Amino acid sequence: MATDPAPTLIELRDVYRIYGHGEAEVRALDGVSFKITTGEFVAIMGPSGSGKSTAMNVLGCLDRPTRGHYLFNGVEVGGLDRDQRALLRRHYLGFIFQGYNLLPRTTALQNVELPLIYKGIGRAEREARALAALDRVGLAKRSHHEPSELSGGQQQRVAIARALASDPKVILADEPTGNLDTRRSEEIMELLQELNRREGLTIVMVTHEDDMAEFADRLIWMVDGQVEFDRPTRKGAA
Amino acid sequence: MLWETFKLALQAIRRNTMRSFLTVLGVVIGVAAVIAMVTIGAGSSAQVTADVETLGANRLMLSPGQNRMGPGSGSSSARPFDLSDIDKIVEQLGSIGVAVPTATDQLVAVFGNENYQTSVTGTDSGYLTLSEWELSSGRGFTDAEERGRSVCILGQTVVDELFGSVSPVGEDIRLGTLSCEVIGVLEPKGASTFGTDQDDVIIIPFRTYARRIAGTMDVPMISLMMRDGVSTDRAVNDLTALMREIRRIGASDEDDFTINTMEQLSAMLSGISSVLTGLLSAVAGVSLLVGGIGIMNIMLVSVTERTREIGIRMAVGAQSGQVLLQFLVEAIVLSSIGGLLGIILGMALGFVGANALNVPFIPDPSIILIAFAFSAAVGVVFGYFPARSAARLDPIEALRH
Repeated sequence: MATDPAPTLIELRDVYRIYGHGEAEVRALDGVSFKITTGEFVAIMGPSGSGKSTAMNVLGCLDRPTRGHYLFNGVEVGGLDRDQRALLRRHYLGFIFQGYNLLPRTTALQNVELPLIYKGIGRAEREARALAALDRVGLAKRSHHEPSELSGGQQQRVAIARALASDPKVILADEPTGNLDTRRSEEIMELLQELNRREGLTIVMVTHEDDMAEFADRLIWMVDGQVEFDRPTRKGAA
Repeated sequence: MLWETFKLALQAIRRNTMRSFLTVLGVVIGVAAVIAMVTIGAGSSAQVTADVETLGANRLMLSPGQNRMGPGSGSSSARPFDLSDIDKIVEQLGSIGVAVPTATDQLVAVFGNENYQTSVTGTDSGYLTLSEWELSSGRGFTDAEERGRSVCILGQTVVDELFGSVSPVGEDIRLGTLSCEVIGVLEPKGASTFGTDQDDVIIIPFRTYARRIAGTMDVPMISLMMRDGVSTDRAVNDLTALMREIRRIGASDEDDFTINTMEQLSAMLSGISSVLTGLLSAVAGVSLLVGGIGIMNIMLVSVTERTREIGIRMAVGAQSGQVLLQFLVEAIVLSSIGGLLGIILGMALGFVGANALNVPFIPDPSIILIAFAFSAAVGVVFGYFPARSAARLDPIEALRH
């Protein structure tokens, strides 16, 4: 078992995402291919307009490729319709955003419960699982605070707990430290790294900060909608 | 899931209590207006029925010719009745207790320097029995007086107009060329259902009226009273059969007389009141429509304000249908709350209005249910468009909002 290569979780095969037609055509993704295996911590970087956010939206099944194949766990998901993609997100994906995207005037616990409601999990189990997720990010004691009563770092932790609560196969983090100062950013990255190392959670993260990318094992660098290079980070290589 | 959605809707409504309240105000007013109208309407119908009963519930009126619009209103070329018809009715019909001739004209009554135009009815003492009318002073007609003496009984209004505080009994008044002695005063009855003053009347013996005022012994109308325990149908059937025989109407010919019952009168009056209720309710319905548009407007605002929330929900796996349901349920809950408030307010208004108009307060459970269902339906109809626009949002755009 130990010698088996880890299974491929995500594979983009020659993926295009094209906006507009003819002269006005914009190729946000211009033939992107890469694989991500279970347990990896991947950072996607690139200058603005390089297509990293579009790649993230496609990976998150919020957007669909114009052409090419997206295999999730070996299943073609690029052609799924809106509601099927919602189901995929519900059961397999967890999101972390730059702006936290917590529901205002809603407690941390209720925010974390949100994905579990859509999974149809009953109240008691939902609360238990949401509390456990908050515990994993070190915020069990703040479960009844609303976002406005929490610091930026704490809000992002709640968002991470929300992503964890539904037991996803992969966490997609879009600039998770973009709104935080250096110290909070490192705390968040350490938390993600720990979840990756200790629990084997697969994480794909878009960032534009080199320091943050260094927490990942592997860096995919994009320019003009294409992958320019794809190599282990210093930490990953070590 | 539905329960969660319901709780979520309540939360969203509570978060903006003032705005939610103002939003549903249109529905509240609409429903309250409908409930109040219908409640007061039902009360006045009941009042009308009760009023008609004070005219004498067992009363029938027989007039010549075909008329369908109530007693006295149809002129026709049909033969009038004569006094012998009345004798035959009383002798031959066990279902009829009292039958008296009735004729009415407007005349000026004069006493001293006072004169006053009033309604003069020529009839017999049985009239007081069948209209359940007592005398407040004096006495009724004797048999001798009914054969044609110049005596009269006054309604309270006539007494007030002609005599002021003087006791009228024993005085003589003049009706046209007829001078007659006041022998009694009627107990005041007040205004009728039609709003006319029932006490504005002078009653004189029919024969006196026929000879001295009408100049003919024809009987223009016969007032009758059924015996206790006799059904209206039976009395009407008996009377119809007898009148057809007396008037020699062929088996294939139509009646040339009309029998009006108090039931018909009551139904006609209730009909008028329900038409009015219907019209007012239609106006109230327009208010509900406007209320619904208010809800649609505020739900559209809400969808715009909560675009990011919608994006978050979609990101964590909400399907379009679930987002649609969430906003639809919110609109329905909102309008149903409006409906409930409207029902409470409408009942209160109905109670106050019924008391003010002196009619009984009769709450109608079915109209309450209908009003509630209708307000919920307003939520469905006017919540659907905003909910659909929420469900159609693109999650990426929504998250960026």
